[in-house]
Amino acid sequence: MNFRTIEENIFKILMFISLIAVMGSLIGIMAVVLIKGGAALSIGMVTTPPESGYYLGGEGGILNAIVGSVYLASGATVLAFFISIAIAIYLQREFTSSKAAGIIRTSLDMLWGIPSIVYGVFCFIVMMYLGIGTCLLAGIIALTMIEIPIMTRGMDEAIKMVPPELKESTYVLGSNRIETAIKVVLRQGLPGITSAVLLAFGRGIGDAASILFTAGFSDHIPASLFDSAAALPTMIFFLSALPSPEVRDRAYAAAFILLSIVLLISLASRLLTNKFSRYIIK
Amino acid sequence: MKILRAFISMDSRRKKVVITTKLMLAASALVCALLFVIILILFSGSLPLLKQESIINILFSSFWNPGKGGFGLYPIIIGTVYVTGIAMLFSVPVSILSSIYIAEYAEGRVRNIIKSFVDVLAGVPSVVYGMCAIIVLVPLVRDYMAPFLGATSTGFCILTAGMILAIMVFPIIISICVDVFRAVPNELREVSYAIGATKWETIKHVVFRAAFPGVSSAVLLGFGRAFGETMAVCMVVGNIPRLSSSVFEPGTTLAAFIATNFGEMMSVPFYYSAMMLMALILILVVLIFNIIAKIIIRKSYGGGGR
Repeated sequence: MNFRTIEENIFKILMFISLIAVMGSLIGIMAVVLIKGGAALSIGMVTTPPESGYYLGGEGGILNAIVGSVYLASGATVLAFFISIAIAIYLQREFTSSKAAGIIRTSLDMLWGIPSIVYGVFCFIVMMYLGIGTCLLAGIIALTMIEIPIMTRGMDEAIKMVPPELKESTYVLGSNRIETAIKVVLRQGLPGITSAVLLAFGRGIGDAASILFTAGFSDHIPASLFDSAAALPTMIFFLSALPSPEVRDRAYAAAFILLSIVLLISLASRLLTNKFSRYIIK
Repeated sequence: MKILRAFISMDSRRKKVVITTKLMLAASALVCALLFVIILILFSGSLPLLKQESIINILFSSFWNPGKGGFGLYPIIIGTVYVTGIAMLFSVPVSILSSIYIAEYAEGRVRNIIKSFVDVLAGVPSVVYGMCAIIVLVPLVRDYMAPFLGATSTGFCILTAGMILAIMVFPIIISICVDVFRAVPNELREVSYAIGATKWETIKHVVFRAAFPGVSSAVLLGFGRAFGETMAVCMVVGNIPRLSSSVFEPGTTLAAFIATNFGEMMSVPFYYSAMMLMALILILVVLIFNIIAKIIIRKSYGGGGR
């Protein structure tokens, strides 16, 4: 064996070890959460809010966090959807110059990179200025800001793929820009748009740093937009910092629920994308 | 008035186009302005402290005691650099090597399975990573790694934070790198094989060189993510703003420190301002890295890009 093949083999082994390390650690994380969390899960956990002394080992469950998370993430996804779809349509050649589109895309990429804690701090300052305390609405707005860049870039990629011939043939028939955008482009881009929305929802439901100071924390299911709300990520954060192993088990169960939601959404996104792809004109 | 009259005289289809276009323009302008508004508000929030003390003093003093007017951010900044540095040290070589394997050696089907698995993991919430670090990495560091190197540690330390961060950065770097390697045109590989290069020589001298700009921007994006990551780090780093002499000691990072201390002690003068300054440093560093990544992409692949 000459030096060239020895070098190749050494690097092949190194690459294989790295791949094993990466896949091992990632599969390990999944396994830890699913096994530990699955063992700690019970029906009472998902059907009741915490009762007194829950954080010291008392009775109750984490229904408040589950409902809070669903409210926060769905509210943010709905708000982000309307803003994102407007921007994604606007980025097309019919509406704006390529220079302006470039500026908008760059700002979105920069917003995507901003750590979510900064959005949390920003929203908190605005809340202090307006004189409101932690509430569901503030959490929703903070999450909306995080979701907009993710959703818009996904929709933008989907809309870019729409063949120009399709649009041109609608213009020939006398349709205007908006009619084409809504009735043809959005329908054609539906698979990509759906997966962008679900991706953003998954990101939103898992984010803790931005809702820590904005949505706050509460043991009750929020009754209005101006109540503080708990969420699964903040619940996991608080529970896993507590010392007693019994209470930590609850953090594992909460993580199990959160991870299942995220995995289900990612699965749903793949299935729906395949399903909607049938209606596309190739 | 003239515009209004022109608008009223339009037919309803035309009106719809005008109104929706204006609304879409407003949404886009809002998003473009958001970045500047955030930076401006954070800057104006940190002004009181910046007026009181010089920025050099704040950045390089290690005296952190807000009650006594000590706002040295040096220990926090150094902690951030340590944690991020350890994370990148672990994750950059490992991610690049494994993405070469996935892109160049693995078969099509295996590649697709691994790639979709990695993409799913990029979406796993950071608290979940943090919790796994508490379950697995903290005892590992406390009971095996620290005694092995002759140190004592509670397990809640800079090394643990760096390790979990490295795992969190894997999916980001690998996902981009695999795409970048796959985008290298096959003709380049064929030319290299034709002049007698082995597969590894082709990868080393041709594929990697062609993919280098993309790989470096992936690393920069991963760095930006690691630098601003909050929850997972916050859960295992120990959160003590102190200069640490070894990686087995607790420390803190900018993001983790904001997460644990924001909202408390708002009555102490300038405390609030110091928090804003930290958030400002965080956003500016991440922005600079993202802009460099973007410029590299644009320079080497021409317009558009990621």
